[in-house]
Amino acid sequence: MPTDTALLEVTDLRAWYAESQALQGIGFRVNPGELVTLIGRNGAGKTTTLRSIMGIVKNRKGSIRFEGNELIGKRTYQIARQGIAYCPEERGIFASLSVRENLSLPPTLKSGGMSEDALFETFPNLRARASSRGTQLSGGEQQMLAIARILRNGCRFLLLDEPSEGLAPVVVKEIGAQIRRLKAQGYTILLVEQNLNFARSVADRHVVIEHGTVVDQLTNDELSADLNRVKTYLGV
Amino acid sequence: MRIALILLGVAAALIAPFFVYPVLLMTILCFVVFATSFNLLLGYVGLLCFGQAMFLGLSAYVTGHILKTTDLSLEIAILAGALVSAVLGAFVGFVAVRRSGIQFAMITFAFAQFVYFLLLRSEFTGGENGMQGIPRSELFGIFDVSDTLTFYYVILGMTALAILLAYRVIHSPYGEILKAIRDNEPRVESLGFKPERFKILAMSISAGIAGFAGGMKAAVYGFATLTDVSWTVSGEVILMTLLGGLGTLTGPMVGAGIVIVMNDELAQFGEWALIAQGIILILVILFFRRGVVGEAGAFFRRRQARAKDAPAGKPREAE
Amino acid sequence: MFDGITPQLLFGQLLIGVINGSFYAMLAMGLAIIFGLMHVVNFAHGAQYMLGAFVAWLLLTHLGIPYWGALFIAPVVVAIFGIVMERLLLKPIANLDHLYSLLVTYAATLVIEGLIRQQYGSTGLPYNSPLPGGVNLGFMFMPWYRLWVVVFSVVTCLGTWLLIEHTKLGSYLRAANESPEIVESFGINVPRMMTLTYGFGVGLAGLSGVLAAPVYQVSPSMGSGLMITIFAVVVIGGMGSIIGAILTGYLLGIVEGLTKVFYPEGAGLVIFFIMLLALIFRPSGLFSGTEKS
Repeated sequence: MPTDTALLEVTDLRAWYAESQALQGIGFRVNPGELVTLIGRNGAGKTTTLRSIMGIVKNRKGSIRFEGNELIGKRTYQIARQGIAYCPEERGIFASLSVRENLSLPPTLKSGGMSEDALFETFPNLRARASSRGTQLSGGEQQMLAIARILRNGCRFLLLDEPSEGLAPVVVKEIGAQIRRLKAQGYTILLVEQNLNFARSVADRHVVIEHGTVVDQLTNDELSADLNRVKTYLGV
Repeated sequence: MRIALILLGVAAALIAPFFVYPVLLMTILCFVVFATSFNLLLGYVGLLCFGQAMFLGLSAYVTGHILKTTDLSLEIAILAGALVSAVLGAFVGFVAVRRSGIQFAMITFAFAQFVYFLLLRSEFTGGENGMQGIPRSELFGIFDVSDTLTFYYVILGMTALAILLAYRVIHSPYGEILKAIRDNEPRVESLGFKPERFKILAMSISAGIAGFAGGMKAAVYGFATLTDVSWTVSGEVILMTLLGGLGTLTGPMVGAGIVIVMNDELAQFGEWALIAQGIILILVILFFRRGVVGEAGAFFRRRQARAKDAPAGKPREAE
Repeated sequence: MFDGITPQLLFGQLLIGVINGSFYAMLAMGLAIIFGLMHVVNFAHGAQYMLGAFVAWLLLTHLGIPYWGALFIAPVVVAIFGIVMERLLLKPIANLDHLYSLLVTYAATLVIEGLIRQQYGSTGLPYNSPLPGGVNLGFMFMPWYRLWVVVFSVVTCLGTWLLIEHTKLGSYLRAANESPEIVESFGINVPRMMTLTYGFGVGLAGLSGVLAAPVYQVSPSMGSGLMITIFAVVVIGGMGSIIGAILTGYLLGIVEGLTKVFYPEGAGLVIFFIMLLALIFRPSGLFSGTEKS
């Protein structure tokens, strides 16, 4: 994989929360159309990596290049406007907004964003709840809404933080199907996961993170061939 | 090094009245105690009381009233004033701790204005004219303290006692819990403590010390006025503490000294004293949040540890 | 017990109460909007209100621009002043403990009020009513200007509330109130939104100031005196609740007016007592549906 084809290239990323260093020098790349997971234990630095890419963690050093442009030093909204969408772990559904308001909140940043109708087509469950308050939805519906919402503004690179967390197996399956569909539509996705089976069901490649560094990288086939190679890191 | 500095400070305080107008010095000492009381809350518990003047002013009136109408000795009158303020502090704390952070500040601010209003309307305070002619009764009922120089040393001793009390509170196990509440309240709660009770008690102690300062002030000047209860004084004590150095024992002393001298110098220039206070407070908040003492300490630590790469203490920010 | 109470007294005080309440509501609403988005308790709100009145007075005295012109110009001037203040004083400390922003706006109040007092003295300056006269309603005399104040403030509050609850712009505000990070991750320039929101809230204070100029005297301390009541209103209504701030504002104005009729000695204290009761019995605020602290 030559460098010039990478959509996202993270090099020696270090990040700090207040005084404590959370990332010790993360490096990996994501190629166009790929679905890459960041896997690792709780507190390993997966979420911090996403938040650093997005500029939500501001105290960060190293290099994050997206389509060749450096993101370090840019503000969150500027990063979003480059074409990166972020779906946080806590989903971030706004309680004071209706489902429709939640969905239509992101402005159009790039052409090719999905219309409200197209989104309701893709996520039919949401249509029936369009005028409910965002937080009256079930966990699965909230997750669907959170993913649907970031498809609005036309970004083609998605950062998804643990979409399977806290959901029933049948809902996780549905989310998995949606994510595969997005990949088939050409979205590039960087996914944070702890659920190894879920990660295997959707990803091309895995980046294993521990103590704020990358300790292993492997393709999905390599993972399937040797599950134990990763299980030790996850402490499963 | 540290002991040498303390001794130097004590020596300076002892000979100061021979060089500086003693009433100015006594004013500074009263505000040193007052600022210490405020610092105890904001610096060590993280509570911003935006109405600290109510404790100062109320106690000044109570002390003054006792001195005027009874034969009780000076220290009893001052302690009684402090006690009344401590009770008020406990009540304000009881109500205000129901809201945290910034709302605590707003509630205490409203409370102080309420106390102001009550004192304005009360008969015994003399309303707009203030309470005049407060006698300086004998200390312990036997020592005559009408001589200004003598009284300076009495006030100095009282100041030392008040600071010692604050020091004891901060360095007690109770003080450790207060600091823990400041840094991480949920954790303290999860350990089985009730943060509210600690906050109310801290509020009461702080109010008591502020009241002690108010009693001292009434005895120094021989009068008490509504100014002592006003929100400009509540703001002044914030400036003193931040300018000197929040959360340091000596910071409020330095800050009180600077602000009182500055007020004294600018008194003839009308509004400029308040304008200067505002500008200095802005500069301190934007650029020198460690205050004079904190910045000086950081400077010396940096010099000492230039080779060692030891991180300088940072003030509490952003939580 | 209430023998001495004539309809004139009752309705007269009620009107004064509604007038005062109009200002409480407008100012508390601005304070709540600013707090909701930025978590800044804008102590300078009273000083900015005073600036609105002063700008109106200056426009009239030095440029001959009458009230109706000032009603548009002064709020804009004060809003621009607010935007500059936000850039210089609030933005640099946006990531610190919110107590610092309260203190820095307090410090700004000292400077603003001090400079105005230094320049124009502390006595009130008169500003004539642009709508003299009134109508006799039989049970009371209703001055036109006071009627205008009540109508104008109700329209302003209602309009602002609708703007926030029912427009796209408002949905940005409500969302950013809950989580500025996520809104910014959608590509919305939240820092600029905060600057403009502060400017809008401050402009509202300026507008209230112009509205107040003919009712109260234009004086440097006209705002800081009001801040105590406004703080109480916001605390009672529930911090950051806009509708709570508006309703509590009118309610307290009316209650205060009625207290003047039935128990004049208590008028200065009634708002404070309501705050005490609210804190003890409704610790999260009367209208705390969407309250966040």
